[in-house]
Amino acid sequence: MDDLLQEFIAETRETLDALSGEIVAWEAAPQDRERLDAIFRFVHTVKGSCGFLDLPRLARLSHAAEDVLSDVRSGKRTPDQALVNAVLAVVDRIGELVEAIDAGNSLDDSSEDRLIAALEEGSSEIAQPVSPTLRAGGRSVRLHVDLLDRMMSGMSDMVLARNELTRRLRDREIDPGLEAALDRLTNTVADMRDAVTRTRMQKVDALFSALPRLVRDTAAGLGKSVSLAIEGADVELDREMIEAMRDPLLHLVRNAIDHGIEAVDSRRSAGKSEKGRLTVSARQSGNQIVIEIADDGRGIDTDKLIRKLVSTGAYDEKRLRSLSDRAKLDLIFEPGLSTKDEVTEISGRGVGMDVVRDSVAQIGGRIELDNSPGKGLRISVFVPLTLSILSTVVVGAGDQTFAIPRQAIEEIVSARAQNIRVDRLGSAMVATVRNRKFPLVSLSALLGLKSEVAITQAMLVIVNMGINQYTIAVDAVLDNEELVVKPAAPAVMAAGVYGGQTLPDSGLPMLLLDCTGIAAVAGLRFGMGGLLAQEEVAEENSTERSASIPILFFRDLDGVRRGVPMDVVDRIEKVDARQLAYSSGRLRATIEGRMVPVAALGDIQGHERFDLIRLNGDGTSVAYAVEQAFDIASVSEEVIPNQDSGPIAGVILYEGEQVELIDPAWVYQEHHDAPSSDTMAPLCLVQGNEDGWMRNFIRPLLERSGYRVVAELPKGRRPAIILTEEEIDSATPYPDTPVVRLSARQGNSGNRIYRYDRTALMNALSAQMNGDAA
Amino acid sequence: MSALFLIANMAGRTVAIPSEQVESVVNLGPLTPVPLASAQVRGLATLRSRVVTVIDGGSILGMPHEAPAARGVITVVDGHPYAMIVEDLDDVVSFDEKPLADGMTLEGGWEKIARGYVERDGEPVLIVNLSSLVPVPEMAAA
Repeated sequence: MDDLLQEFIAETRETLDALSGEIVAWEAAPQDRERLDAIFRFVHTVKGSCGFLDLPRLARLSHAAEDVLSDVRSGKRTPDQALVNAVLAVVDRIGELVEAIDAGNSLDDSSEDRLIAALEEGSSEIAQPVSPTLRAGGRSVRLHVDLLDRMMSGMSDMVLARNELTRRLRDREIDPGLEAALDRLTNTVADMRDAVTRTRMQKVDALFSALPRLVRDTAAGLGKSVSLAIEGADVELDREMIEAMRDPLLHLVRNAIDHGIEAVDSRRSAGKSEKGRLTVSARQSGNQIVIEIADDGRGIDTDKLIRKLVSTGAYDEKRLRSLSDRAKLDLIFEPGLSTKDEVTEISGRGVGMDVVRDSVAQIGGRIELDNSPGKGLRISVFVPLTLSILSTVVVGAGDQTFAIPRQAIEEIVSARAQNIRVDRLGSAMVATVRNRKFPLVSLSALLGLKSEVAITQAMLVIVNMGINQYTIAVDAVLDNEELVVKPAAPAVMAAGVYGGQTLPDSGLPMLLLDCTGIAAVAGLRFGMGGLLAQEEVAEENSTERSASIPILFFRDLDGVRRGVPMDVVDRIEKVDARQLAYSSGRLRATIEGRMVPVAALGDIQGHERFDLIRLNGDGTSVAYAVEQAFDIASVSEEVIPNQDSGPIAGVILYEGEQVELIDPAWVYQEHHDAPSSDTMAPLCLVQGNEDGWMRNFIRPLLERSGYRVVAELPKGRRPAIILTEEEIDSATPYPDTPVVRLSARQGNSGNRIYRYDRTALMNALSAQMNGDAA
Repeated sequence: MSALFLIANMAGRTVAIPSEQVESVVNLGPLTPVPLASAQVRGLATLRSRVVTVIDGGSILGMPHEAPAARGVITVVDGHPYAMIVEDLDDVVSFDEKPLADGMTLEGGWEKIARGYVERDGEPVLIVNLSSLVPVPEMAAA
């Protein structure tokens, strides 16, 4: 019984979340039959379950609502504002009761009679829908997250065991059979890891579905009119990330309506449409998800912002006024600020943008503002795809290695490079990188490790902490790694410089550095003064910087120094010579059980190790093999384009030398494998029941052969072939499309195939396809 | 009341560890040092796919020793696994726990971790609480 109740609660919650958008849509168009039906189905289901589970109060509410909605469906009543409000109130109440049941609380039932009375036709009772209380945590996922975590750690176990096995076998002669088995294990483990990672993903819709209701209630409370558009709700994000983003997003949306979008009359006088527009969208960009909240309101008035800050007495007006436009805009993140004069019920709760930024930073994200005064504001929140896997750069200090989150790194340069110097300034150290000065912390000195590398030979990692930057000098930059980071024991965290611990494939634990913590332990102090100094430099450089592009320089296989624009570089991986081989006429690398096509200029013979530069394209993965990548630098020199199309895009002047730039377009064109993307694959329409055999056997078989298997056609697409069952009537809306029929009887004839004969099935499919082409 | 105890050698003394505090006893592999952490933290080690924090009881007990971090008793405190370095493991035996008699004063760190004693063949052996060996960061203690 308890299980049933839990099931009911989880299901009701899920439906409620999905329903809140429907309700608002129904309110806007009460005649919309589809919405009405959705709401009717909900109360009907609740009613049914309640009778079964003996929940009389819920049953009474849902019954009453069902009656009214059924009248509306049959046309006996027309939905007016009062009715919609009353139904909304009942739906809300159902939500509250369900939460109370889950928490084991009791709610008083005094208001329920009134709610039911308000449903009556001509009722004088006005049901005031209350804003649904936002659940703090405790959202249940049917599959317990603990279980996912256990799967994840079991997965890491498997990877480690596999690595150990490989290490041990590498030292001895092994027979090919064993090697093949090991390869198969490697592939399976890699696939499993992907799959397990994906189980933790959830559509961002889970985050967005509450927005229509929130926008409606917020706007109504302020007497404003706002239309909401949601885009990219099917983008996927780690479950934990979705939970972590919930509050910041709600806050940003409330802010946009309260502070951004103007009241109706001032919109009218500003020549805007009375209805404010709010767009919330999500999209993936590399290994980040970008969530954008854009409104067409008044934007941020930086003058007003400054006046406000000065009036608090904590800021010097002249200093603020001399800031660059971007820095002025960033003042919105100063603590204790409300840009609106009066405190409102909606966002005047003492929670400022500083809190939003902090909570986004906590999950490794950042916020960017795009302000058009008088026209609107776009807030972009960048968050990593998942909380549990962090993209890091592994650095060496003394005889130890540490990981630094890539999110925090702005640039890595060599102290030996031109335009870069390291100086002692009293007791402190300063790095000058292309005329910008950064405080410098030597990692080995800070951690008390013996380092063989002089500071002038070190690698400088420029880290970004919001508006402040500093550099960490490390002995070496070793690798890029995607790591599963876990919190370390309190005794370790107490050191103040670590963000967590991780277990890389080497099997030896590694510590993740916390850049903010390092700055604090090293005693770096950033104030407004520092900000000013940097801003001035930034302004100075702005003309130069606008034309400069970051370029990754490397020594190519033929010993020549070349470069590639940083924009297209996804990451750099180190591979052994044995991981790189020619197969079917093309150079490929085997990385974690996957084959990646590789481009190269020069011979791969005679090299033991390579740096593979992974390029990011639209869903394709291509790599460029080089001897060693050694520097990233922003180059403002002009690129002299190459006239011929080929591997070289052009030539650039770097440290007084002519350096060729690799053309990424050439690498893609020449070397990426034929796209297996869904949009290109021929469609195979499957009719009839998708039974276990179909799902587990035939479907993967078809997909491996390059078909995309669908039960329903996407709009505007035609099937390349139809797979159906013998018993199904042969009439299809696509008379020209070849059909293959599966039969439960043995023996094949024409296009009728015994369903367990896989060879015949594949032959028939290709025969039908070719017949079609002929 | 009789209970199971693990008799071990820690920081040069024989101690009795209540068996319910012991998750397992392992041979420790190579350690990753943790710079800037307190002296008791010897480093991090891998235990299957878990990372355990290796604690050297010696320094908290005022008896720093150079014993290699070879074997560890795994205990879980507040969800974090720790390995307590032990030099020797003797036996797992059932004993009656006895409170420390009046007038028995323990010095330094020992007082913090002792919770009584057992008598093995007439020899008293101190019962230690492994969780009290885990260093508590000052911030959390405040």
